[in-house]
Amino acid sequence: MVYEVIVGGKPHRLELEKAVGGWECRLNGQPVHIDAVITRRDVLSLLVDGHAYEIKREQTATDLHLWVGSTRFAVELRDPRSLRSRQHAAGDEKGPRKILAPMPGRVVRLLVAENSEVEAGQGIVVVEAMKMQNEIKSPKKGVVKKILATPGAAVNPGDVLAIVE
Amino acid sequence: MFKKILIANRGEIAVRIIRACREMGIATVAVYSDVDRAALHVSKSDEAYPIGPAPAAESYLRMDKILDVAKRSGAEAIHPGYGFLSENAKFAQACADAGVKFIGPTPHSMKLMGSKTSARQEMEKAGVPFVPGTSRGLASAEEGEQVAERVGYPVMLKAAAGGGGKGMRLVHTRQELRSALESAQSEAQRSFGDSEVYIEKAIVNPRHIEMQVLADEHGNTVWLGERECSIQRRHQKVLEEAPSPIVDPDMRRRMGEVAVKVAQAANYTNAGTVEFLVDREKNFYFLEMNTRLQVEHPVTELTTGLDLVHLQIRIASGEKLPFTQSGVGIRGHAIECRIYAEDPDNNYFPSPGKITVLLSPSGPGIRRDSGMYEGWNVPMDYDPLLAKLIGYGTDRQQAIMRLQRALYEYFVAGIKTNISLFQRILRDADFQVGKLDTGYLDRLLAKNNQAATSHAPEPQFEAMETIAAIAAGMFAVLDPASPVSKNGNTVGPASVPSNWKQKGRSEALR
Repeated sequence: MVYEVIVGGKPHRLELEKAVGGWECRLNGQPVHIDAVITRRDVLSLLVDGHAYEIKREQTATDLHLWVGSTRFAVELRDPRSLRSRQHAAGDEKGPRKILAPMPGRVVRLLVAENSEVEAGQGIVVVEAMKMQNEIKSPKKGVVKKILATPGAAVNPGDVLAIVE
Repeated sequence: MFKKILIANRGEIAVRIIRACREMGIATVAVYSDVDRAALHVSKSDEAYPIGPAPAAESYLRMDKILDVAKRSGAEAIHPGYGFLSENAKFAQACADAGVKFIGPTPHSMKLMGSKTSARQEMEKAGVPFVPGTSRGLASAEEGEQVAERVGYPVMLKAAAGGGGKGMRLVHTRQELRSALESAQSEAQRSFGDSEVYIEKAIVNPRHIEMQVLADEHGNTVWLGERECSIQRRHQKVLEEAPSPIVDPDMRRRMGEVAVKVAQAANYTNAGTVEFLVDREKNFYFLEMNTRLQVEHPVTELTTGLDLVHLQIRIASGEKLPFTQSGVGIRGHAIECRIYAEDPDNNYFPSPGKITVLLSPSGPGIRRDSGMYEGWNVPMDYDPLLAKLIGYGTDRQQAIMRLQRALYEYFVAGIKTNISLFQRILRDADFQVGKLDTGYLDRLLAKNNQAATSHAPEPQFEAMETIAAIAAGMFAVLDPASPVSKNGNTVGPASVPSNWKQKGRSEALR
C-alpha cells in the first residue's frame, strides 16, 4: 500500500507491506521494520526498531490529528493512486469547496449572501455552541455558490453549511 | 445531620457533591434537563427528576421546579454547587421560605457581597484594604475625573453589578474618560439592568490570588490558605494552584486575617472565597467575595487535607467547625487543570459532541473530578468544563512533573479539548519559575504562535513527525472502521485494496 501522508504541512511518501512479525515500511524511501496493533478504538501501539509508541487518533468530520506522546500533529492521508484523492488535492484551489460545521451548534446568522464574492478567511456563517459564537470562515477566495445553513437551525459536525467555488 | 440532599447542578460538581454525600451516608437527589438524562450525575445519584428543557433558564435556573422536586422527594437541604443558582440571594431566600436548608451563606450576606459597591462600602467600614477609588457609583463624569486625578491613571471603570468583563473599561487618559463612562454605563444597564458604575485605580498585570474561608453558624471563621488563579483567559480561570509561588507564610497569614475580617464583616457563614488583586510589590487589595464553593476548591483540599464539601454540609446542619485556625496546616503543592471542551486549533472555541474515546490518567498524586465518560454526548447548552485534573506533590516541582505525566496519559477523542494547552503551560519557563500575572496566558499563546512559525523544529520533533506519518498509514490499514472524511482530505480503507472491505461486508451480511 502506498500513501501520501501530510504531517503538519510536510508531505511524506509511505509504503507499507505485510511481512513476517510485522510490516516492512518505506518512509520517503528509507526502509524500517515496524509492528503495530490497535489496542482499542483510536489507539495504536507502534513498535519501531524496539521503540514503543502509543499513538492516539483524534478524528472529526473535518480533520485528523495524531498524538505522539504529548505532541499533536495535524495529519492528512491520501492514496496517490486514487483518482478521487488526486482530484481533491487539486481541488483545494480550483474546484468547489464545502464549508462544514466543525462542531454541533445552532446557526445564528449568515454573513454573506449566495453568489457574493468572498476572500479566503472571510466569515460565512455564525454558529453558536456553549454560549459562544463562532464565525465559520471561507477556506478560499471565490464565489459563494450555495448556502445550506438556515438561521436558527441546529447543525451537526460535518453538515455542509455552504459551498464556495 | 441531613438524611437527603438535593443537588441543584450538573456536570463534574454535581458528581463531586454526590460523592461527598455517599461518603457521609446521605441520600442524594439529582435534577436534570432534557439533554442531561444520560449525564453522569443522574446515574450516580439515588433519585433523579427532570426539570425541563435544555436552556438553563428553563431548567437549572428554575427555582420553582427545583423547590418542587425538593418538596416531593423530601430533601432537607439543597447544595447549589457553583454557577447557576449558587450566588442567587433570591434562591437562598426561597429555600428558607420553603423550609429547605440552603448549603451556603445567608441571603443577606450574598446580597451584600453581590453588589461590588455595597461590598466596598462594607469593607471600607471594616478597614479592609481595597483598590483605591470610589465605593459608590459615579454621579457624573466630573466626579470620575476628580477621582482619577487623585488615584492616578490608568483607571478602571466597573459595573457595580458586574462580572465576566461586562461593563468594564480601562481608561488611560482624561480625554477617554467621559465616553468610556457612558459606554460602560449603558453596557451595565443592558447586561445587568443596573447602570451603576464605579471607578478604581487600574493595577496593570496584577496577580489574582484568592483566600478560602470557612465559617460555621456559631461565630467561628478560619482561613485555609490561598490559591493562585492568575492564569486566565477571557476572564475565565484555566489553571490554579495552591500555595501561590509568591506568598510566604507571613503574607499568607496577613491575607488570611484580612479574609476572615471580610467574612466577619458580612456575617458570612459556610464556605466562601475572598479574591485579591496583588501588585508587583506584593500589596494585596480586596476585589470581591465569591459566596459559593469554587471550581478550584480541590487544590485547597489537597494542601490542607480537608474535605470542603463534607465541611459545608456539616456547617449547614448546624455543627461547629471541628478545628480552629491553629489546627490548619498547609502541606505540599497542588495544581489544577480545567479540562474544557474547546478546540485549540480554533481559538479555543467550545467543542461539544460525542466522546468516542476516553483514556483517563490515574496513579500517584493525581486526582480527577470528572463529569464525562466514554460514549457521552457533551451537550452544547452549558459551560464547556468537562473535568478537572489535579496534581499533588511534596513540592511545586513534583506536582508539575506528576501533572505532565498524567496529561501524557490523558486522551479524549470525538471532541476537541484543551489538554495540549496544559502541556504548553507546564513546560513554559515563566510558569516553572512562577512568574505569573493575569496577562500571562495571552502572552504565552502569542509567543507560541510566533515560535511555531519562526523557529526550525527540533530534531526530536522531526523524528516524531515521521512516527506520526507511519502511524497514520497503519491506522488506515488496520482499522477497517476508519470513516472516510467527507471533504476527501483523509482517505480511509475505501481506497485500500479491499480485503478488509470484503471481510467487513461478509460480516455485515452474516
